[in-house]
Amino acid sequence: MSSRTTPSPSAPGTTPADLGLVMRGVHLRHGDGAETVHALDDVDLTVAPGELAAIVGPSGAGKSSLLAVAGGLARPDEGTVTVAGHDMTVSSRRARTELRRRHVGFVFQSGNLLPALTAADQLRLPLRLGGRRDRSGRDPLQMLAHVGLAGKADRRPHQLSGGERQRVGIARALMTEPSVLLVDEPTAALDRARSHDIVQLLAQEARERSVAVVMVTHDHDVLQYCDTIYEMIDGKLATSS
Amino acid sequence: MFLAIRELGFARLRFALMGAVIALISVLMVMLSGLSVGLVRDGVSGLQNLPVTSFAFAHGVQHDSAFSRSVVDASAVDTWRDQPGVAEATPFGNTLINGRTDGGTEVDLALFGVETDSFLSPAVSEGDRLGPADGIVVSPTAIDAGLRVGDTVTVDRLGTRLRVVGVTEQQDTFGHVDVAYVPLATWQAVKSGTPAGAQVPAQATQEITAVAVRAADGDSVDLAAGDKAAGTESLTLDESYGASPGYTAETTTLQLIQGFLYAISALVAGAFFAVWAIQRRQEVAVLRALGASTRWVLRDALTQALILLALAIAVGMGIGLGLGALISGGNVPFALHPQSIAAAAAGLLVLGLVGAAAAVVRLTSIDPATALGGNR
Ligand SMILES: Nc1ncnc2c1ncn2[C@@H]1O[C@H](COP(=O)(O)OP(=O)(O)OP(=O)(O)O)[C@@H](O)[C@H]1O
Ligand SMILES: [Mg+2]
Repeated sequence: MSSRTTPSPSAPGTTPADLGLVMRGVHLRHGDGAETVHALDDVDLTVAPGELAAIVGPSGAGKSSLLAVAGGLARPDEGTVTVAGHDMTVSSRRARTELRRRHVGFVFQSGNLLPALTAADQLRLPLRLGGRRDRSGRDPLQMLAHVGLAGKADRRPHQLSGGERQRVGIARALMTEPSVLLVDEPTAALDRARSHDIVQLLAQEARERSVAVVMVTHDHDVLQYCDTIYEMIDGKLATSS
Repeated sequence: MFLAIRELGFARLRFALMGAVIALISVLMVMLSGLSVGLVRDGVSGLQNLPVTSFAFAHGVQHDSAFSRSVVDASAVDTWRDQPGVAEATPFGNTLINGRTDGGTEVDLALFGVETDSFLSPAVSEGDRLGPADGIVVSPTAIDAGLRVGDTVTVDRLGTRLRVVGVTEQQDTFGHVDVAYVPLATWQAVKSGTPAGAQVPAQATQEITAVAVRAADGDSVDLAAGDKAAGTESLTLDESYGASPGYTAETTTLQLIQGFLYAISALVAGAFFAVWAIQRRQEVAVLRALGASTRWVLRDALTQALILLALAIAVGMGIGLGLGALISGGNVPFALHPQSIAAAAAGLLVLGLVGAAAAVVRLTSIDPATALGGNR
């Protein structure tokens, strides 16, 4: 896995795209018969390591569906999805869980932290999901300090502000050194200043750690920090000007 | 384990409430166990302590009152003694009497009539063994109740005077009444209602309650064949407990209550963890999205249930044992038996886990995609 831990665009035989997220001809339908919703309609998307891609679009366009398929939470009806070269569409649920744990980081709206855990434990959690033999990853306290929460390691989610919770969420997603970070509306619950902070942090992490980041957002204000902007309408993805 | 213990600590009030219910059930379990062991001991310890493997009662006798109704001719003893596999056979007489001491205290005794030189003649912890015709050997519980070696008990109506010569080694009670061993001839006089000093009818000297049979070590006796030869009806020692007054009714009542408690503890644990599982849906979806396998989620949830149940049961059992220690020694039949308490604890734990598992398996069906969006 040296190609993943030291992602290098110039590594022989690989292109930058292979190391990030690649989606080709992806279709996803929900329901059946007359009620079928075409949530993803022939989606192509490539996000290279170090790139922050934003996806905007109206509600119900299929943005969350795209993240679910990209991270192996849902299987597409057609098309291919790879993360760092790994096929995320394998049928085995267990195999996809394992791929998620190793190669994908998720950041959810309003953090989705576990209420019982302190900030430090939120960061330890991803390292505990893989059993005893597999606990390597970043140092939780260093990581907290890195996202500006040095003094708040022992706070539980209800003792943190919305912006702080979101920082913990981002730090948690980065603990296992994923190749791809999938972020769903990270600023939905934040004010303007806090939103800018969070997206800046994401852009900085993407660059520093060579992570391919896909961020879904309604917030056109923060698009200035993004490298590429896509627009999704009715399941179709298009580059935005 | 990582998440399980942190959640236990975080939602400790909620878990403590649930733990308290399980702990109370455990206290009840200890009480019931103590009561049933106590009742069994009070009901049949006199029989349990007999070195007997089976009793041969009169043919056709009613099983639940065999000891009071059965009359067997003494000749059956010889027939039984000759059966293959029988080490010893001896006459056994059983009857309940009311009497009073010279001091005027009323005493009820279960008379066990035995031949003084037979294997049924009990060892004594105090005084002498059976010998003199009017000598009786009583259970230590009778001594606790105020009787003493050397006291004389006069049988009501008959005027027969029985002298306490010795005390058996352990509690011997039958149908909640203290046992007094008495020589067979004296038992036959009392049983036939012969007043003191009068001649015992010849027929009465031939009558006994049952033939007490002891199988040779490691040998089994063909009871049906023996019954056929002797014209009797055999019950094994265990079966004969049911012939002790009230025994079957008491034990089945307690067993029923215990059964209900097991069911309740499984239901309580199941209901609690079902609600808990519903509250955790979003959290579990997040865990699954982060890469936790369903096995990880299940193991964590079951570990949590196990810790909670084990702690609650331990606390409940501790309180129950403390209360039990206060009760036993009083006049409530109560005895703490380590094995039956351990069995009750294990039963509660296993059934609680079954209830929790039934609730927690639902977590496996949670779709990790619901972690996204935050609105579904
Ligand atoms: N599990 C599901 N079953 C049926 N339909 C679904 C399911 N999940 C999503 N859909 C449908 O798929 C379409 C895309 O949903 P998705 O959640 O991806 O939209 P979105 O772009 O994330 O919207 P929002 O901005 O409101 O979060 C919607 O029409 C939605 O109703
Ligand atoms: Mg969405």
